[in-house]
Amino acid sequence: MLAFLLRRLANAVAVMLTVALIAFVIFRFVGDPVEMMLNEQATQAQRDALRERLGLNASPAMQFARFVTNAIQGDFGISYRNQQDVFTLIAERFPATLELVLVATILSLALGIPFGVVTAIRRNSVLAQALQLVSIVGISLPSFALGILLILVFSVQLGWLPGFGRGEVVDLGFWSTGLLTASGRKALVLPSITLALFQITLVMRLVRAEMLETLRTDFIKFARARGLPDRVVHFRHALRNCLMPVITVTGMQIGNLIAFALITETVFQWPGTGLLFIQAVTFVDIPVMAAYLVIVSFIFVALNTVVDMLYAVVDPRLRMQGSGGGGHGG
Amino acid sequence: MKSLKLMLAATAAVMTLSTAAPANTLKWGAARDIDSLDPYAFGSTFTLAFLNHVYEGLVRYDANLKIEPALAESWEIVEPTVWRFKLRKGVKFHNGSDFTADDAMASLKRISHETSPLKGNLPAYKDARKIDDHTVDIMLNSAYPLLLNDLTNVFMFDKEWLVANNSELPTDVAKGVEGYATHHANGTGPFMLESRRPDAKTILVVNPKWWDAPRHNLTRIEFTPIASAPTRVAALLSGDINYTEAAPLQDLQRLQASPEVKTLLSTELRTVFFALNFKDRLTESDVKDKNPLKDRRVRRALYQGLAMDQMQKRAMRGLSRNTGALVAPAIPGYTPDMDARLPFDAEGAKKLLAEAGYPNGFSLSLVCSTDSYVNEEEICQSAAAMWARIGIKANLSSGPRSIQNPKRVKGEFDITTLGWANEPMIDAYSILVQVMHGKTGSAGVFNWGNWGHPRIDELTDKAANELNPEKRIPMMSEALKIAKEEILFLPLHQQPMAWATRTDVTGAVQLSDNKARHWFTRMK
Repeated sequence: MLAFLLRRLANAVAVMLTVALIAFVIFRFVGDPVEMMLNEQATQAQRDALRERLGLNASPAMQFARFVTNAIQGDFGISYRNQQDVFTLIAERFPATLELVLVATILSLALGIPFGVVTAIRRNSVLAQALQLVSIVGISLPSFALGILLILVFSVQLGWLPGFGRGEVVDLGFWSTGLLTASGRKALVLPSITLALFQITLVMRLVRAEMLETLRTDFIKFARARGLPDRVVHFRHALRNCLMPVITVTGMQIGNLIAFALITETVFQWPGTGLLFIQAVTFVDIPVMAAYLVIVSFIFVALNTVVDMLYAVVDPRLRMQGSGGGGHGG
Repeated sequence: MKSLKLMLAATAAVMTLSTAAPANTLKWGAARDIDSLDPYAFGSTFTLAFLNHVYEGLVRYDANLKIEPALAESWEIVEPTVWRFKLRKGVKFHNGSDFTADDAMASLKRISHETSPLKGNLPAYKDARKIDDHTVDIMLNSAYPLLLNDLTNVFMFDKEWLVANNSELPTDVAKGVEGYATHHANGTGPFMLESRRPDAKTILVVNPKWWDAPRHNLTRIEFTPIASAPTRVAALLSGDINYTEAAPLQDLQRLQASPEVKTLLSTELRTVFFALNFKDRLTESDVKDKNPLKDRRVRRALYQGLAMDQMQKRAMRGLSRNTGALVAPAIPGYTPDMDARLPFDAEGAKKLLAEAGYPNGFSLSLVCSTDSYVNEEEICQSAAAMWARIGIKANLSSGPRSIQNPKRVKGEFDITTLGWANEPMIDAYSILVQVMHGKTGSAGVFNWGNWGHPRIDELTDKAANELNPEKRIPMMSEALKIAKEEILFLPLHQQPMAWATRTDVTGAVQLSDNKARHWFTRMK
């Protein structure tokens, strides 16, 4: 187990360094922050002086070394655009994104699993066919289009739900939550559905495929032969055996959602990290972009590691292989 | 049934009346968030316009865009390089302390500091001295006519507040340490900061102790950035916001169709034109040995190849104002005869090109961004199509401003879009010194393509030190006319601005600098 952990750790460091390098290379092509920071009245001398003070004139190697050294110490500097500490800036936005992602994930499991089961056990029913059709829409409809559609229907036409923002939030010191107020919960509905639709269809299709597989296995046949009711066969025996890959995929997708919630966040003006990142790109706010990429890659690496470790805990076969030195994930 | 409905409606009306009357909340949905609460943080006109509700300068623009006293009651020019300001007495900051000469001194020192990104907003400033508690002298490097214009955007801080919070100097991004003024505000303006959540909501409440008699009847401003245009439109239609300074042009018809929404349309100060490469070679062309754009006939052909009526109708949806001038009518220096354009004449343009030695035209690069000016991408696409008809093959490079601007600055273009609003000074001197003047000393920062004319430089330098407007403004007009006569640029239009409000917002004052001034706004 220790060797496994150490190997994962070395992997993680390598990934993080690669991300830092790629991020750094990208920054050399995103534009000139100085042109964005000063207004039309600034003279050339003022522009040059600012560029010098920001260290943009140093050699690329020097700049990279400084970037990595600072990042290791957790010092990402302050934002060029709003002069706030970058780490605080991201930490402030993070609860919004995480709440959105968690609600979307819960939605995707709560809806995706039953839908998957239904489409698997009643393969030819009208309901299953309809769900299959909707799931194709869910996979192919871009989330910004869905978001705007939802806003037009539920916010403009019906006036039931707010079309933007987070509503009232409650500050718990280190965490700001919208879950404790009515307006905060209402504000969550549309963005979380927008974000979850793709996940719902993903989970549904996964469960369906796994169920179809499992329903063909011998132990299900035996269970049926024993005369167990269908409900028990389907939900207690078959479904349980399908959940491993669902948990894995969901775990991995949380990272994806955190990183790619930015479209949903832009459409709904959801004050999360994705919105922050989009703005940083527009304003060539290099410190914010750098920190965002590093933090997101850290989340990915951490989730990956945790999922791999869970695998080893849950599946005894992997544990044996792991101590033997080989080991490949399911 | 009918009477019941009526009764319900009546009760609802009474209820809304009784609840809405005391609280007039302007719910402002903006296209972007302000960058910071610190006005000296980032060179952004939008942020300054917003913060002007909280902070004020010594002078300000009135509802006709004329300069009037604000925190200074009066001023005189003691010597050509020394201006004396009498400060208004009895003005209090939101934290209760008095506004005095010390505050003005501290504010001037802060904005003109080496590390202040807004140092350029006060170009002639040398030093200031306190005469007494309510008198300040501002010393300048040379005689300079536009000090008042510049001061409209130099907001006054409370010195004790700055000292107490260790913020006497502007925040230096290079040092990587946050400043107190980034998160807090303490001005003298008509509204006070209640709270701010970046990207979510910034709330201002009315300042009951404002020194001026308020024309507005607002009690509260809730400012919410909504970056996505369709979401903003939806919010306005559903009543979640009741004012936006950025109604998307493509949705205007939809907004106008709603009985609950009013649109305010006009054109702004910003004049958009094409700037040309005047260097020895073109950057991307089949003509390798010389620069055809140095030939006035070629420039004229490009000018007359533009069917501006068509562009105005298609690309700008009929909302822009076509012009032959390089500044808007409200800018001192403009004269009505500048407005006339050379007519669209594709045949004539072809002849001019043939005369200049390019009967089959030539190719060049056209560098545009997607987010600097209104419908900029459409402008460039239609211009490229029109030029193709006279034989000029413009290779369009389009991208976000952050990517395209460095190319412009380095002169890596043959034709590029450039828009100039002459803000914050609202005077043609701005475009003359920053754009048209040759790159010498601090002038010509935006002279990206090496264009210009010796006489323009001469007139601009003279106007810089001329305090008498009777003499100064004709100098600037003459310089602008040379640029027009020589076709140094290809003027296009003043770009449209579109605000939209719900019908309960009655008196929003929209001036051509496109800044919201809610100390004029009234609600039903």
